[in-house]
Amino acid sequence: MINLIIHLALFLIFPPFLLGVINKTKALFAGRKGAPFFQTYYDIFKLLRKGMVISSTTTWIFGAAPLITLSAVLTAGTLMPLGSSPALFSFTGDFLLFAYLFGLARFFTTTAALDTGSAFEGMGASREVTFAALTEPALFFAFLVLVKLSGSLTLTGMLSSNFDSLIYPGSTAPLVMVSIGLFIVFLTENSRIPVDDPNTHLELTMIHEVMILDHSGPLLGIIEYASSLKLFLLGSILLNIIIPAYTHSLWLNWFIFTMAMIGLSVIVGILESSIARLKMPRVPSLLIAAVLLCGSAFILLLR
Amino acid sequence: MIFSLIIIAISIIAISGIPGIFLSHSSVWGQRISVFLICLGSLSGLVGVGLTFFYPDNALYFFPWQAEQNPLLGIDPLSAFFLVPIFLIGSLGSIFGLGYWPQEKNKRTAVMIHNFWGILMAGMSLLVISRHALSFLFGWEAMALAAFFLMSAEDDQEECRKSSLIYLMATHLGTLVLFGMFLLWRYTSGSFDFIPIQEGNVSALTINILFILSFIGFGLKAGIMPLHFWLPAAHANAPSHISALLSGVMLKMGIYGIIRMLSLLPVPPPLWGGIILIAGAVSGLMGVVFALAQHDLKRLLAYHSVENIGIILLGLGLAMLGRSYHHPVWVILGMAGCLLHVWNHSLFKSLLFLGSGSVLHRTHTRQLDKLGGLAKLMPWTAGLFLIAAVAISGLPPLNGFISEFFIYLGLFRTLAIPGNTGSIAIIAAPVLAMIGALAVACFVKVYGSVFLGFPRSEIPENTKEVPLSMILPMIVLAVFCLFIGLAPALVVPILDKVIAPWLPAEWALTNTVKLASLVPFSALQFISISLVSIFSIMALWMFAFKKKNAQTAGTWDCGYAKPGPKMQYTASSFAESLILLFTGILKPKTHDPDIRAIFPTKSFMKSHVDEITLDRALIPGFLFFRKTLKWFNRFQQGKTQSYLFYILVAVVILLSTLIPVEQIISSLMSR
Repeated sequence: MINLIIHLALFLIFPPFLLGVINKTKALFAGRKGAPFFQTYYDIFKLLRKGMVISSTTTWIFGAAPLITLSAVLTAGTLMPLGSSPALFSFTGDFLLFAYLFGLARFFTTTAALDTGSAFEGMGASREVTFAALTEPALFFAFLVLVKLSGSLTLTGMLSSNFDSLIYPGSTAPLVMVSIGLFIVFLTENSRIPVDDPNTHLELTMIHEVMILDHSGPLLGIIEYASSLKLFLLGSILLNIIIPAYTHSLWLNWFIFTMAMIGLSVIVGILESSIARLKMPRVPSLLIAAVLLCGSAFILLLR
Repeated sequence: MIFSLIIIAISIIAISGIPGIFLSHSSVWGQRISVFLICLGSLSGLVGVGLTFFYPDNALYFFPWQAEQNPLLGIDPLSAFFLVPIFLIGSLGSIFGLGYWPQEKNKRTAVMIHNFWGILMAGMSLLVISRHALSFLFGWEAMALAAFFLMSAEDDQEECRKSSLIYLMATHLGTLVLFGMFLLWRYTSGSFDFIPIQEGNVSALTINILFILSFIGFGLKAGIMPLHFWLPAAHANAPSHISALLSGVMLKMGIYGIIRMLSLLPVPPPLWGGIILIAGAVSGLMGVVFALAQHDLKRLLAYHSVENIGIILLGLGLAMLGRSYHHPVWVILGMAGCLLHVWNHSLFKSLLFLGSGSVLHRTHTRQLDKLGGLAKLMPWTAGLFLIAAVAISGLPPLNGFISEFFIYLGLFRTLAIPGNTGSIAIIAAPVLAMIGALAVACFVKVYGSVFLGFPRSEIPENTKEVPLSMILPMIVLAVFCLFIGLAPALVVPILDKVIAPWLPAEWALTNTVKLASLVPFSALQFISISLVSIFSIMALWMFAFKKKNAQTAGTWDCGYAKPGPKMQYTASSFAESLILLFTGILKPKTHDPDIRAIFPTKSFMKSHVDEITLDRALIPGFLFFRKTLKWFNRFQQGKTQSYLFYILVAVVILLSTLIPVEQIISSLMSR
């Protein structure tokens, strides 16, 4: 019971904190003090209380899309195991539903962007769907590797099992390759450097931020919250592979998981401070590298 | 009883257009009577089909004068399964036609369309219930020719004439291959009856040839890449409700043919499953990539049919591998995915074509880059089109996801088998994922450019919602899409009935493996329903409390004083970055203006992508033959005298074979 409460609380409340961690790390690297860790929470609450400005060009889809995105991400979250705690719902093939719920979110985010009739938002939507066409196969290759190693067709089964190299010799190399591939997918899907820059709002080079230019008030708050949930969920896939070792103590396990998640955010922050964003035409090469890494990992297992 | 219902249905539908011939062409009653008869027949047929699923055994028909013991017609669950879209889409499409192609405005073509609509439906029904090659081919040709007359309805346009002619050639090529196949069938099995060939009686080579011939013959109709060359243009140029019937139902007759033939042939070698899987992967991926590159709404939808046929084949290929390697789980999941996707595709693709028909009806253009902003003017069409667009992208909680889920699950099950048998199949899973992502991209493009934003060109003044007779059929289709998506468990008993004959008797006896035990339906339904309820609660909150203090303003376009329709992203620019990824396959051609002067004149650019088989292989190939065989033209001058001379020469040569040359020579020698 306690486990369930922690699980839900962590999933519903913790994610915006990660954005704060990333921003703090970036601020430290830039020699600034930076916004407080809880800034994202303040932002979301402020936005939820505000009024909205809605473009006269738009239809009901513009308002419905953030809600659909949030419902899809929330539903996807119930399928994801966190650390040593199994998912709220686990059934055969839940990983397919997980991936396709993100597809649903993407469909409506990009459609809402086109709804405004703005050139910038159309550009962002176009880039979003282009890169998704490459991250999806990478994600599925990663699933193939995990299914092959764990023999399980559920997210809980494939992510919570210990990939002990003693039990399954030869699993280390594929898992390392899959982790790198998934890290690229993680950065792309969450619109992070080197694919997208979440801090710029008015350049021609951005993807996610440009799609939500016209959203304001509660709708924008919902979008911010949903994107932090997405960061948290995709991050936990990665963490469940990288740190499969957990103790028997409930509290210690949650501590390890939370620290690892914060650590991942720090790494993202460091990465964003130290490297530049890629030129837009170069991004597909990076994503194809992710597909190839995950694909080769699978071929290593088939040999 | 069951059989009479279906025979009555087919007869009523076949003659439904005839009253219209005797009425005045300007009278609207011909069309109304025909639609009434088609709906009546479809209702009777659907009742019969429903009964078939419950009492499948007593549905064989023996004609009283039949000398042999084998039936000419018969209905099993597989036939019944394919009859459902014929009756459903056929009747809904004819209702749509009342508003879309009204007799009073189309005096020249309307009567012809009612007649051939009925014949097309009856032909397809007949071929589906045939148990004999003769009746099968009769239904097949009735379907093929009726479809030709329907799609060439607008034959005053050159494009339409061209595409129908290409279709006519393609369909006859297919029929020719089928003739060959059935001749070999007669030679192998001893009769034209559809009775399973026993293993061991015939050589493996003959069986393989039978498979390849049926795959090509039926594949031409189904539109498997690269045999799809007739499809995009034909579906684009036909009137929209006819495109819906052609794409939603007629393509599936090719799939039916392949499935029926495979059910009659003995246990297949793994090679067949591999061929079907590869054909499926190629059709699926290339179909959606070519769809992305289209600027024409209906041509784009037609390429999506190629994509969906690919997904159907992925399921079928998996099932065939399961039969070869004796894994009932693969067979069940593969067949379930294949069959359910047949239904799903006929539902959402018909809905999309009908929706595009509504758009075309009001705006008179199919060019994506000229449309836009229709969601406000045509809210019903826009909402229903959105449901179909989400469904065809394979997204939860709609029906497209369910059938793809079956196929994915089956593909992932192949990993559970120790060793690497059939491991080629699993590569289809990432391919399917990519197809899904590209389909999302394509339908975001379509939906965004047709219904959202500002109109990109002058749209007609009277652009408003289409009449109820056009909305109603679309609502029915959308309800079915939602229904299968939210409650997939309800179609499981039907799927189980159709799959049962594919499982050899020993499995059926020893295994209690059923679809319901392989797929977590209750969890799927729970998740879908919770998704919908979370969304509804939030939407209620938004409308009740937050919408009140919303202000309206123009789109904030980063400080432009006057954002206008021309500044929007167009469909072409939306797809450009994806097209650049696939330049190797698509080879897009751009015709740029040559701008040199300081004050250049008004100019424009255009870009297009060639059809892969037709424009790059078939037409250049035929032109090459025409060039190299030009010298042969000397013999064909159009002079009757020379043709008579050729006949004379031919007769002389033929007669000369009668001369007993050997006898003469031997008698000469013996002297």
